[in-house]
Amino acid sequence: MIESVLFYTFAALALVSAVVVIAQKSPFYSAFGLIVVLCSLSGIFAVLGSPFIAVIQLVVYAGAIMVLFLFVLMLLNVQRETDDVGGSAPLRLAAAALASAFAAQVAAVIARARIVSGPEQYEASTRKVAELLFSPAFLYVFEATSILILAALVGAIVLAKRDL
Amino acid sequence: MSPLIQDLIEKAVVVLVVFGGLLGVFSLCTLIERRVLAFMQFRLGPNRTGPQGLFQPVADGIKLFFKEEFIPAGANKLLFVLAPAVAVVTAFMSTAIVSYGGALTVPALSFLPEWLQGRVIELQIADLDVGILYLFALSSLGVYGVVMAGWASNNKYALVGGLRSSAQMFSYELALGLSWVPVILVTNSFRLPEIVAGQAGWFWNWNCFALFPAFLVYVVAGTAEANRTPFDLPEAETELVAGFHTEYSSMKFALLQMAEYVNMITISALGANMFLGGANTGLPFLPPTAAFGLVGFLAFAAKVAGFLFFFFWLRGTLPRFRYDQLMHFGWKVLVPVAACFILVVAGVVAALA
Amino acid sequence: MSGSLVQHALLLSVALFTLGALGVFMRRNVITIFMCIELMLNAVNLAFVAFSRSLGTFDGQVLVFFVMTVAAAEAAVGLAIVIALHRHRDTLDIDSFNLLKW
Repeated sequence: MIESVLFYTFAALALVSAVVVIAQKSPFYSAFGLIVVLCSLSGIFAVLGSPFIAVIQLVVYAGAIMVLFLFVLMLLNVQRETDDVGGSAPLRLAAAALASAFAAQVAAVIARARIVSGPEQYEASTRKVAELLFSPAFLYVFEATSILILAALVGAIVLAKRDL
Repeated sequence: MSPLIQDLIEKAVVVLVVFGGLLGVFSLCTLIERRVLAFMQFRLGPNRTGPQGLFQPVADGIKLFFKEEFIPAGANKLLFVLAPAVAVVTAFMSTAIVSYGGALTVPALSFLPEWLQGRVIELQIADLDVGILYLFALSSLGVYGVVMAGWASNNKYALVGGLRSSAQMFSYELALGLSWVPVILVTNSFRLPEIVAGQAGWFWNWNCFALFPAFLVYVVAGTAEANRTPFDLPEAETELVAGFHTEYSSMKFALLQMAEYVNMITISALGANMFLGGANTGLPFLPPTAAFGLVGFLAFAAKVAGFLFFFFWLRGTLPRFRYDQLMHFGWKVLVPVAACFILVVAGVVAALA
Repeated sequence: MSGSLVQHALLLSVALFTLGALGVFMRRNVITIFMCIELMLNAVNLAFVAFSRSLGTFDGQVLVFFVMTVAAAEAAVGLAIVIALHRHRDTLDIDSFNLLKW
């Protein structure tokens, strides 16, 4: 009961803010809308029994990535830069039609699929996720991502620095 | 009465007491900070309102209440009003995970209801499995209050303050998080009560001795996270008027101040829990559960007070960093030191396992 | 927990993904487009978590973890590119970055 109430509250919040993200003229409003989407998704993750992912979502997405976005927005000072919807009207209509067709198709598949509710007791605690993450199945992938992060770090510095 | 109702009542009381207590400590902090600073600078400080100036916070509060609410022209109204709320809400939410000195045992007094007698009340609002990761998440959300305030004010000083603070908190959060990892490795748990329990016994069992480099990084990065001198670049009154809260007045200003002080108290309480043994007195013959758990609470309170005094002392002593020095120090000293120490501790833990 | 909750989570994921895709096509500001991509990634994360819940395993959680690491790396490099672009063209309009267009 309380799970459903929380779920639908967060879901409504996420949908409304997602509309804000794509409909607002100012990129700042888009950024704040996205932050709300990320936070409500974190709440949904917690409702779905994944507290670890919920917290990591806040730390990585809301706490790190979005701060970076806001930092760049403030650095470039794009305060009132107009961001009109691009393309001509027919193109926009086509995009909207295609997007809704896509959504309808996938939604129809999901609605018709028989989705099992899963075990009654489900709690992806930090320890369980960590045991799987450091098991042989994912260990090498994990190490590979650490190299990816290092490459991204160096790449970002090289790209953004005026002269090395 | 069903156990669920009993638990709910207990939690509600704990939440109210923690909230009220934090507000009380916040208002006391504003007074004590000024008195301590005055003492260090051979001044008197506010000592007229009540005995030893004890009612000064009340007077300040009344004054701020009656000031005009002011929203500058050209400011983004929605975000301008939202910013202090975000700052305060995240600051108070992050206090939920802190363990305020072990547990209290209700004495078996006859006038108390049956279920209350001998009940052990954990002085913590939520003991989550993700533990201090939750606090990490909320402290990273706390940046938004400052960033929104800085941007929505439509003021170049505020913008620079917000810009600085987003970069600063971003960088020092990394060092802060890395300084927790050795403690988690040693304790093998994210839960604060277990981290505290792992430091029982003599005071040399406290994490601050065995994990001294991590403690050092924690104190420095914590000072930066709380925006205290010498890391108060976001406000930097000599360069930026008042930084991100230049345009704020009245209760909105009070809320921003409150968020800062609550963050500072959280950092202190967390440091006391993780590195200074929390409720442990450091003497094995004086366990934190003695005297209905009051001993543990007092030990914890003393450690937090020590931390807070340390922050005031820093403000009275050190000049402010220059901004490039701050970033260099964070990225080129603190983060490597913390990361190397994690390697050392992980090696030792693996070797002993 | 009812199965319909998982199902509704998947539907929400589809809706968010579509909104994100729509944003990528309709907006012209580079940073907004970037944020819409993040929105799409998050929709996928939600699907992962929902399927993980439905199957009772933890593999979905680990995949979300990897998606987040890749997103962090992508944001770092992408925003660096945005700063470099802004330095060259003094605008964030995606239509003005057409040097490599044929």
